[in-house]
Amino acid sequence: MEITVKLFAMFRVGRFAAVTKRYEPGATPANITSELNIPEKEVGIVLVNSRHAKLDHRLLDGDTLSLFPLVGGG
Amino acid sequence: MDKIIRVNMSDLSTRTEAVPTAWAGLGGRGLTSTIVAAEVPPTCHPLGPSNKLVFAPGLLTGTPAANSGRLSAGAKSPLTGTIKESNAGGTAAQMLARLGIKALIIEGIPKADAWYNLHVTMDGVAIKEEAELLGKGNFAVIEALEARLGKKTGILTIGPAGELKMTAANLSVKDPDSKIRSHGRGGLGAVMGSKKIKFISINDDGAPKVPIADPEKFKTAARTFAKALLDHPVSGEGLPTYGTNVLVNILHEAGGLPTKNFTVGQFDGHDKISGETMHETIVGRGGKHKHGCHAGCIIQCSQVYHDKEGKYVTSGFEYETIWGLGANCCIDNLDDIAVADNIKDDIGIDSIETAVMFGVAMEAGILKWGDSKEMLRLLTEEIGKGTPLGRILGGGAGSVGKAYGVTRVPVVKNQGIPAYDPRSVKGIGITYATSTMGADHTAGYTIATNILNVGGFVDPLKKDGQVELSRNLQIATAAVDSTGMCIFVAFPALDIPECLPALIDMINARFGISLTGDDVTNLGKHILKIERQFNIEAGFTKEHDRLPEFFKTEPVAPHNAVWDFSDAEIDEFWNF
Repeated sequence: MEITVKLFAMFRVGRFAAVTKRYEPGATPANITSELNIPEKEVGIVLVNSRHAKLDHRLLDGDTLSLFPLVGGG
Repeated sequence: MDKIIRVNMSDLSTRTEAVPTAWAGLGGRGLTSTIVAAEVPPTCHPLGPSNKLVFAPGLLTGTPAANSGRLSAGAKSPLTGTIKESNAGGTAAQMLARLGIKALIIEGIPKADAWYNLHVTMDGVAIKEEAELLGKGNFAVIEALEARLGKKTGILTIGPAGELKMTAANLSVKDPDSKIRSHGRGGLGAVMGSKKIKFISINDDGAPKVPIADPEKFKTAARTFAKALLDHPVSGEGLPTYGTNVLVNILHEAGGLPTKNFTVGQFDGHDKISGETMHETIVGRGGKHKHGCHAGCIIQCSQVYHDKEGKYVTSGFEYETIWGLGANCCIDNLDDIAVADNIKDDIGIDSIETAVMFGVAMEAGILKWGDSKEMLRLLTEEIGKGTPLGRILGGGAGSVGKAYGVTRVPVVKNQGIPAYDPRSVKGIGITYATSTMGADHTAGYTIATNILNVGGFVDPLKKDGQVELSRNLQIATAAVDSTGMCIFVAFPALDIPECLPALIDMINARFGISLTGDDVTNLGKHILKIERQFNIEAGFTKEHDRLPEFFKTEPVAPHNAVWDFSDAEIDEFWNF
């Protein structure tokens, strides 16, 4: 299945801003962060199709996954 | 010995008073709101002689506590008609605290057709006539005063917008680099203008250190507190790297970035105005990506933004400004937004209110969507010069909406709604609706828990838990706003257990008292209640605690969310 992965803030450093690529059916955000060498404890916000999700969320074909470190403003 | 200084502009007299017992335990917002509630008739005209402009440093301001250098300014707001407290960094707060000035209260209006300045020193306050700097922008005022009075001089000043009593006028504070921080919201610059004061200069020569009752205990607590600020990823790493503008991409991705005057929740040009792009631009042009608004700030969320030639354009370039002039106006040119931010600092107008206003002005057809060059012209040539159109624009979003018959006007109690769509981030909608200040994201920043996973998680798209979240944050914020602390200490305070007790320990060590966590919560509740009582006596009812109608009737993409709280659900907020 095809997933668009978007990275933000420090996660972009040495990686990328956005890519669309094929993953095995049933892949989760945790599989993808692991592949990208992003430690789970550094993951602040996980959005799937603009909704908050957990790292074990089961992704579906065509999903957009957005990953942020713990950041904030105001 | 702490004191209260009163300046009466009606008879041009000043008076130094002992601090009343009831005010001794208060600082910052707690003190400005207490004084305004006690001494300003709630039904008075905010620009008339009965209103008072009150400045108060926080309880910890002037001590070595990290991030404690904020100054509160309070009055009845000419923008909202409610009580108002707006706080800012800069150098003035710490100077006033060292001078032992717990509050500076400015009363009355001069009889003569003249302008004045105030000069604050160890000897008190001197009132002098001012002619030379009238009509000048804030940057010119600071430059002239440093030449006239010395580089170290603390400065509170108003630009042309404040002189002309525009209801979106802000009050500027000189920062450690001789640039500008702002008491932005609620038109406090117009209140200072109504009192015919162009600037207040401060010289703290000869002032002693702020006394600390138990220095050892203070030192230990201050160390724990500073460590929490540096250990938390938001305050320790994210804010100093990307500034508050890291939020553009987050809110875009979450579908809560108000775009084209709150008609959609995502902006195609988001990456061009994002914190990530801004960071690269700043670093590439030799600016500073981290910078503090006051001495002792260790979070350093501010930055110095340069143009393509490497020359200073602006600092303190915040998410709300960039969102408002960017996504909300369909402008994706960060350089033009930076120039606009600089002009707003110079003419002295609130960057949030004015950004929300431009969205309404574009909807009204005053300028085209995305036309950043015309926006710059309107700022300089119309608002800055006080033309009839400029005065309408300088009155903020509500003013333009009324003058041009626009129905989609994002305001609560006539104050522009900032940077987070309340339909798709519902907790912040409760804060906008119920805040005693009018729409104010800082009053109870539910974005932390709705979007950023700080202090837990409450689903932004559901109603469950939002009223309680907003209530708890508004109570805590009212208390934090009384300490002189930057509100960003809330990020570690929500997640790191040692942080809040260390903050309370610092207050206890400073004054030799023994406040508990409950005492601090009760202080927050008390402040909200006196502010609300002022508003009730000014004529506000629960029917004013509502969002504009369009939020209920116009679903916002991508979630197609509407504002679906009933009136009774909103009113539960005040059940404490």
